[in-house]
Amino acid sequence: MSQIELYEIDRIFEIGDSCVHALKSITLTIDAGEYLAVMGPSGSGKSTLLNILGLLDRPNHGRYRLEGHEVGALPPDQQARVRSERIGFVFQSFHLVPRLSAADNVALPMMLAGIPAGERRRRVADALAGVGLESRADHRPQQLSGGQRQRVAIARATIMRPAVLLADEPTGNLDRTTGTEVTELLEDLNRAGTTLIVVTHDPAMGERAHRCLQMEDGALRADRRR
Amino acid sequence: MKPFDLVRFALQAATGSPLRTGLMALAMAIGVAAVVVLTALGDGARRYVVNEFNSLGSNLVIVLPGRTETGGIGIGTLSTSTTRDLTLRDAAALLRADGVVRIAPLVVGDAEVSSGGRLRSSFVVGTTSDFARVRRLELAQGRFLPDEGLERASSWAVIGATIRDELFGAKPALGARLRIGDRRFRVIGVLAASGQGLGMNTDELVLVPAASAQAMFDTNSLFRILVEARERDALDRVRSQVEDILMARHDGERDVTLLTQDAVVGTFDRILAALTLAVAGIAAISLAVAGILVMNVMLVAVTQRTGEIGLLKALGAAPGAIRSAFLAEAALLSLAGAAIGLLLGFTGAALLRAVFPELPAYPPSWAVVAGLATSLATGVGFGVLPARRAARLDPVQALARGL
Repeated sequence: MSQIELYEIDRIFEIGDSCVHALKSITLTIDAGEYLAVMGPSGSGKSTLLNILGLLDRPNHGRYRLEGHEVGALPPDQQARVRSERIGFVFQSFHLVPRLSAADNVALPMMLAGIPAGERRRRVADALAGVGLESRADHRPQQLSGGQRQRVAIARATIMRPAVLLADEPTGNLDRTTGTEVTELLEDLNRAGTTLIVVTHDPAMGERAHRCLQMEDGALRADRRR
Repeated sequence: MKPFDLVRFALQAATGSPLRTGLMALAMAIGVAAVVVLTALGDGARRYVVNEFNSLGSNLVIVLPGRTETGGIGIGTLSTSTTRDLTLRDAAALLRADGVVRIAPLVVGDAEVSSGGRLRSSFVVGTTSDFARVRRLELAQGRFLPDEGLERASSWAVIGATIRDELFGAKPALGARLRIGDRRFRVIGVLAASGQGLGMNTDELVLVPAASAQAMFDTNSLFRILVEARERDALDRVRSQVEDILMARHDGERDVTLLTQDAVVGTFDRILAALTLAVAGIAAISLAVAGILVMNVMLVAVTQRTGEIGLLKALGAAPGAIRSAFLAEAALLSLAGAAIGLLLGFTGAALLRAVFPELPAYPPSWAVVAGLATSLATGVGFGVLPARRAARLDPVQALARGL
């Protein structure tokens, strides 16, 4: 049994009168601990695929099993729980809450999950140390550099120890040096056992992944493993 | 999400946009302050009136000549068109009733009062020695009218504080001669200054024996008779006894009207309480308006924070948690507004009391509780729609908005 099993996933957007077939019958399995890059031109369906994997979007047809459970058809409350416990997100534009400190941003998923404050503080300190930002805990996002912000966001994405880490263009807003640092951080997490799925335009990042999916017009064109 | 975290998160969200939060709290505050001040005013007026009536004596039955019909003109009113006067003998007869402690007949009229060349027009009340106890009058000097029986037209007068000041000034008033109309009296007592009073101001009264007043005004009839019952519980019995005695004396005609203090006070109490309620209701409209503002502002907040809501969903917040977060924010804002409003309201009520010392303008506790509850209910009630909208946002589109 694979960690992620997609079977004939369709996603159709209705825009006015026309229908856009964003995903066409995608069937895909991903094993635990894989490092996967999803590549393709804009509008090829990469992000839609990522959203469905992250339970932010529902497919029109098809089945999605995560760790053996049918999660694609769960009610919203239970999907939220799966997101909370099994999935971490990293976004291109970091998505840190501006009014919260770095530490509070990292603590947000634990707060939403109802974890007690004492345990939160401990885990936040560990997580910030893990991304090398222990001295920036009380800084607001606007007081941090882009690379630092993304590292805070990664600490937040992994604080609930998810099984799958989904990253949507994680280096898209960063220069090459900090981008490489962030990529290495994500790869460290992957080496520690987390499944890493990265959507990217960057061919260099695609080269680093152990498996590369090539998408075009909502369909899988290539699935290369190294 | 734990309740403490929920409140803290909502608090941070609220303080994140101070202007929006401030305006909303202000709207709520004005509403609550309006409720508090207006009910303080209404209830103050009610208490003022009730206190005034109670100071007149609460176990009194007041006998008025003539029957007041409230049913308009009918056969009954036509057939009893001749009313008998109340006389001093009627008043004396009432003392036979066992529940009656004392009575005070009243004869009233205007007369010119003069002494030592100073002259003024005054309200003259003819009564008996018991009047002082029935009306709880305090004497500043001398003594009240002596107990000489009802029929004796002696020449003693008791005067109010204002009359004393105006007619005698610094000169001693006790024992002085006083001319009232065309009759001469001697001042034997001066009433203590009582300030304002409902009905008649005792400071400007001249009190003489009832028989003397009747002679002065050339009448045999009484303006009314005050009957004091032994205790409050005996009022109903006294009332029917008084009615029976007078009916027997008036050839079986019911030609008097009996008022009890309780009925009058009760009526005023009810009227003014209703008025206070009405005023509170009007003030509550401003709370409803504030509630609509809360909704408006929270809808804007949902739009402004769409990206954040998307993020919270991505981080595992269930729709219910997002709904609670926004409801908590609306509730906190309402509470803050209500607290400010209470402060404003109590300050306003204190100001009212400072400006009108005789008005006990204390906001009733029910109004304070109702104001708080209404503000919270409207805040949360009108927060439901925005909170539901937030909870239903599509996370993919919400995330695309950025933070």
